[in-house]
Amino acid sequence: MNFTAFTALIRRDLRLFFMDRRAVTMSFAAPILIASFFGYLFGGVSGNTEASKIKVVIVDEDGGDVSRAVLSALQADQALDVNALALDEARERVRTGKTAVAIVLPKGFAESSARALFRRDQQRPEVPVLFDPSHSAEMQMVRGILTQHVMEAVTSRSMSQASIDDALRDLDGTTGLSAADKTALRNLLTEIGKWNARPQSGTTRSGFQMPYTVREEAVTAHKGTPYNSMAHSFAGMCVQFILFMGIDTGMVMLYQRRSGLWKRLRAAPLSRFVLIGSRAVSSAIIAMIIMLAVFGFARVVFGVRIEGSFAGMVGVCAAFALMTAAFGLLVSVAGKTPEATRGIAILVTLILVMLGGSWVPTFIFPQWLQNVTFAVPTRWAVDGLDAMIWRGSPFSAAVGPIAAMLGFAAAFGAVAVWRFRWEA
Amino acid sequence: MLEVTSLHKRYGELVAVREVSFAVQPGEMVGLLGPNGAGKTTTVSMIAGLLEPDGGEVRIEGASVRGETDPVKRRMGLVPQELALHDELSARENLVLFGSLYSIKGAALRRAMDEAFEIAGLTDRAGDRVATFSGGMKRRLNLAAALLHSPTILLLDEPTVGVDPQSRNAIFSNLESLKAQGKTLVYTTHYMEEAERLCDRVVIVDHGNVIASGTLDEVRRLVPAANVLEIEVENPGVDGWCGALREMDGVDSAEPAGLTLRVTVRDLARHSPDVLGWLRDHGYRCSHISSERADLETVFLALTGRSVRNQ
Repeated sequence: MNFTAFTALIRRDLRLFFMDRRAVTMSFAAPILIASFFGYLFGGVSGNTEASKIKVVIVDEDGGDVSRAVLSALQADQALDVNALALDEARERVRTGKTAVAIVLPKGFAESSARALFRRDQQRPEVPVLFDPSHSAEMQMVRGILTQHVMEAVTSRSMSQASIDDALRDLDGTTGLSAADKTALRNLLTEIGKWNARPQSGTTRSGFQMPYTVREEAVTAHKGTPYNSMAHSFAGMCVQFILFMGIDTGMVMLYQRRSGLWKRLRAAPLSRFVLIGSRAVSSAIIAMIIMLAVFGFARVVFGVRIEGSFAGMVGVCAAFALMTAAFGLLVSVAGKTPEATRGIAILVTLILVMLGGSWVPTFIFPQWLQNVTFAVPTRWAVDGLDAMIWRGSPFSAAVGPIAAMLGFAAAFGAVAVWRFRWEA
Repeated sequence: MLEVTSLHKRYGELVAVREVSFAVQPGEMVGLLGPNGAGKTTTVSMIAGLLEPDGGEVRIEGASVRGETDPVKRRMGLVPQELALHDELSARENLVLFGSLYSIKGAALRRAMDEAFEIAGLTDRAGDRVATFSGGMKRRLNLAAALLHSPTILLLDEPTVGVDPQSRNAIFSNLESLKAQGKTLVYTTHYMEEAERLCDRVVIVDHGNVIASGTLDEVRRLVPAANVLEIEVENPGVDGWCGALREMDGVDSAEPAGLTLRVTVRDLARHSPDVLGWLRDHGYRCSHISSERADLETVFLALTGRSVRNQ
């Protein structure tokens, strides 16, 4: 092999790449900027970035103490931004996207809900929930929060001494209950009355409360190590923009063919390995440099650490760099002209990136699609980087992604060499 | 010496090059002439090893080129029709790269680059980016890059396309100098006047076929009717005054236009005296006589019925 030519061609590729401001910007600045943005959106460095509140409107048609209590409780909830409006205005705000959810507490809500709490023969009040269909996830969340606060408010009201007395008074005239049920209910209400009459501190309220509290713990590489969402976003964006660099590798080969440089190279006594291999090696080196720079930035600015195996991290990066190089060669055989090739190459790359989980985690995909993503090299790259960076996995967890990416690199490279148009 | 024997190349049904054969000796320049699409570049590409021929053989100083890394390829230098330079790099960086392709480095590379820049007339611009060069300067550098490894055979594929007259003359001067050094040169062009100026022999191709080959004189003689004698006559006659000339043996046509009489003869040396004698015998006084030989453009036109430049 002509080693002088091999290294000279690699040096040329590196020099041309770093002279190209557009390529450098796209490969270094763009992933850093976009990864920082997404990382901030998904929790930031400490994972404590305040999430935006869900805008909710309450339409209080009941106007009683129960509905006011529900309104106050919802307004105090940290996850919600609650306003009270009339029904028409609430509907308009939902329709125009200014509010995600509107809850209507209908007239007589307190009365009916208190009666229905113990009596299945009583009609339960209907609470209309108007929601923006593009915010259905928020609607589910608001529904859960509403349930909690309504239960607390209604049971508080239902278990007050006045309500107990009213219920006991009405019980004898109630139809639809057997004598045994009436006796059981009377005993229950009487016992609640005794419970309410016991000496108690001023802060204790009657009624139900959530019977548990939640302690959330993000499980990361080590106990006490907070989750740094920058880790995943930098991994994802790094994968995306390195693949774009791979496209440029293929484009450069197509442009060189057009310019006549390919003829000059082919006229020299050089093997195909030197010509195509130098291109692949230079692409892989550029990919490694980009990863070093991007993760270096993440380490210095956002404190993203490699919590797992360092050797595994190097292995995953090297395998991904080789896969990118082979992908670039594949791009160079995808079309006859740069113009015809670029569009399809970008589309394929975006699909690979999307399916690989660079934009959104793959767990939100349907199961069949999650299975499909195992046939996508970027899935292995993102999973491998996640495992080595923030999950704190050992080297053994890197073996699978490394093997998969080397397999893809071999397959892409073989197709590229097979389909490569050597003749100028 | 370069020997090309029965080179053949087809793309599907299209025969791009059909049984092309010629040989070029050291110190000789052979022009491969023809219109665009005639098969010139395909022929050069096969000689340079860029294209695999379907048939035929190329021998470089007696040796066939076997494989992409055959050292025999070092004896050839290719000047592609397209500029084969990195615009983003300096002229020196380009030559360093191209020298590396032939494993030239160190002092040998510096010496070769100095010579190349001298030839290209770009010594004072060696450190400048190629993107800042004029078209002519790029063409000269394109030629110089092919000379770095001192090839004995130089393949020039339309090396003057889009070049200003000054750079064209510089390139011609370089080529004449290389020929004088004993290099073997193959020059493709569709500019017939370039071939007439530079080439010792020509091979005219059209639709992949060789339609004529030989020295310039040999090729010109393929079109004898194009031997034209132009005579300025001080006292031309009235209409039809030279009709009798057309009846003379060896005269194909005689057309008066004002004071100029244009006579086409089959053999300029043999029949010109007869024409001049007839004019003298009939009292016509000649103030100026000139002869015109067929140029290659005329030859191509005569052989194919088409102009080279209207393809």
